Amino acid sequence: MSLASFETSKQGESALRLVARGAWTLDNGLAAIDARLRRFGAQSLDQSLDVDVSEIEAMDTAGAMMLQRVMRACGGRVDEQKPLRGFSGLSPRFSQLLEQASEHIAPCEVEPPRRQSFVLMLERLGRGTSKSGGEALSILSFVGAVVARIGRTITRPKKFRFTPLVHHMEEAGLDATLIVGLMSFLIGAVVAFMGAKVLGDFGAEVFSIDLVGISVLREFGVLITAILIAGRSGSAFTAQIGSMKLREEIDAMRVMGIDPLDALVVPRVLALMFTLPVLAFLAAFLGLVGGGVVGWLALDIPPTLFMGRTQEVVLIQNLMVGLIKAPFFAFVIGIVGCYHGMMVENSAEDLGRRTTMAVVQSLFLVMIVNALFAMFFLELNI
Amino acid sequence: MIPPKITYDAVIRVRDLVNQFGTFRVHDKLDLDVLRGEILGVVGGSGTGKSVLMRAIVGLRAPQGGTIELLDHNMSNLTEDNKADINQDVGILFQDGALFSSMTVAQNVMAPLREHLKISNELAEEIAALKISLAGLDLSAATKYPSELSGGMRKRAALARALALDPQILFLDEPTAGLDPIGAAKFDQLILGLRDTLGLTVFMITHDLDSLYTDCDRVAVLAEKQVIAVGPINEVRQADHPWIQEYFSGPRGRAALSSSGDQHVKEEARI
Repeated sequence: MSLASFETSKQGESALRLVARGAWTLDNGLAAIDARLRRFGAQSLDQSLDVDVSEIEAMDTAGAMMLQRVMRACGGRVDEQKPLRGFSGLSPRFSQLLEQASEHIAPCEVEPPRRQSFVLMLERLGRGTSKSGGEALSILSFVGAVVARIGRTITRPKKFRFTPLVHHMEEAGLDATLIVGLMSFLIGAVVAFMGAKVLGDFGAEVFSIDLVGISVLREFGVLITAILIAGRSGSAFTAQIGSMKLREEIDAMRVMGIDPLDALVVPRVLALMFTLPVLAFLAAFLGLVGGGVVGWLALDIPPTLFMGRTQEVVLIQNLMVGLIKAPFFAFVIGIVGCYHGMMVENSAEDLGRRTTMAVVQSLFLVMIVNALFAMFFLELNI
Repeated sequence: MIPPKITYDAVIRVRDLVNQFGTFRVHDKLDLDVLRGEILGVVGGSGTGKSVLMRAIVGLRAPQGGTIELLDHNMSNLTEDNKADINQDVGILFQDGALFSSMTVAQNVMAPLREHLKISNELAEEIAALKISLAGLDLSAATKYPSELSGGMRKRAALARALALDPQILFLDEPTAGLDPIGAAKFDQLILGLRDTLGLTVFMITHDLDSLYTDCDRVAVLAEKQVIAVGPINEVRQADHPWIQEYFSGPRGRAALSSSGDQHVKEEARI
């Protein structure tokens, strides 16, 4: 098949003739002649046009549409009753296509209308502000609802769902031990190494033991755990609950009289609150081990010295400060993860957006809570 | 035995197809031809592998045995590039539309155009508008996202996307499932009209007896891992197989038959 082409010629005063040749199909160079055809149409306003299609080898809907478009551009003839006026050399198949194109040709918008960029920016700012305010309120009300549900569970423990609790404890807790342990081991090792390097300049290498003990027990152990769990379990909660929401499973639960907070949210939040302190303890322990191993292998601090010094200067309060924060972090991560899951609407795209948001928000909130705790303990002189 | 020489124009030719999941055989030496310009209805009970057959034909699934010829190309020994070329001649309407959720309807229709053709924005938009209108959708829906559409509108939008590249063969997976009877009847008419004007070949999986009677030139019945009957619906209906008997002679089958009978009577009266 030859490429699509056309030829135009004048027929007297205000009459034009267009002879179309080749295969007027999209995969035969139709797009290439589109601009030229468009120009021709724009130049020849208010002139009558005859289109000879007898030399066209094949035509598709796009070709028919383009012919009808140029016919309309010239002379602007739109006669609904006679869509084939002006065309000659028609075969039955081409007539059918041209008729159909005439019936359905219409301009249309592709994207929702946009406004000027400055107004748009203001609008986005306003929308963003009011949305984040609304979101904060809505999370707060979710927190209230979950706390009320947990309270009810305590007064009526018979209705509590133990199986999902254990399941989520295994998934969020037990399955995470390896990665949490490895990460905090490495963090402890790095802190010991960096500490020894800087403090060594003052001949105070042995103080790196204090540094490892205090920083790992108070902050790093529990923070590393919280960050990992937020990325691992918080996002999983959003994805699990969100996909249930999309498949209307949550609506089905409500109709059956099962409260989704009871069935889905409370077990997840409690599971995190029970397991995160344990993981944080493990992280703190392995962080110390990491520091000790580096001290022993790279810095010539023998394990006996490391242990002795740790027992001497690193008080039990440090561990307690770290561990007391764990359930609060767990609560924040669990609530944010479940909240975003329950808020998923309409589409899989929203699910993805919510999952990302859950991780970012829970990390942000964990850091804020951690800062509040730091100020609190500073006031208490612990 | 020498197989008889094929004298008709088959756009899809399936021979000895075997599809297997683990040890479970869905199709065992299945044969099927789809002729140019016809609307073939594929029926069968749940789990008889109607969708699996469709996925195998369009190359979404590699069968465990047999050959599939689509537009005279053997699907099993094609390179990825050749497959992509052939897929331009094939439009598929998935059960729930499978529209891209991050794009508007118009952008969805334009997606295949932009992917396969060097095409100006203006022309792509015009073609998209034409296809959306052809699929019987109001143009105000063009700027909407799939999540803002009703089920029926989503199907029409997906149909517009399937038609974007003027395919030769259109695959429909339960096109009328989930539509109200009026919408379903309109959809049936739309498919018929498109077949006639665009010269499509349609492969339609359906449970809808009304669509079978209105749309389909031939019906293929899947059961016992094979096509047990294929032909015009009035012939298939006579076949002596328990599933076919139950399907066509059950209360719904009889109702659809009588309503299609009424239609024929009316049409004859008009003539």
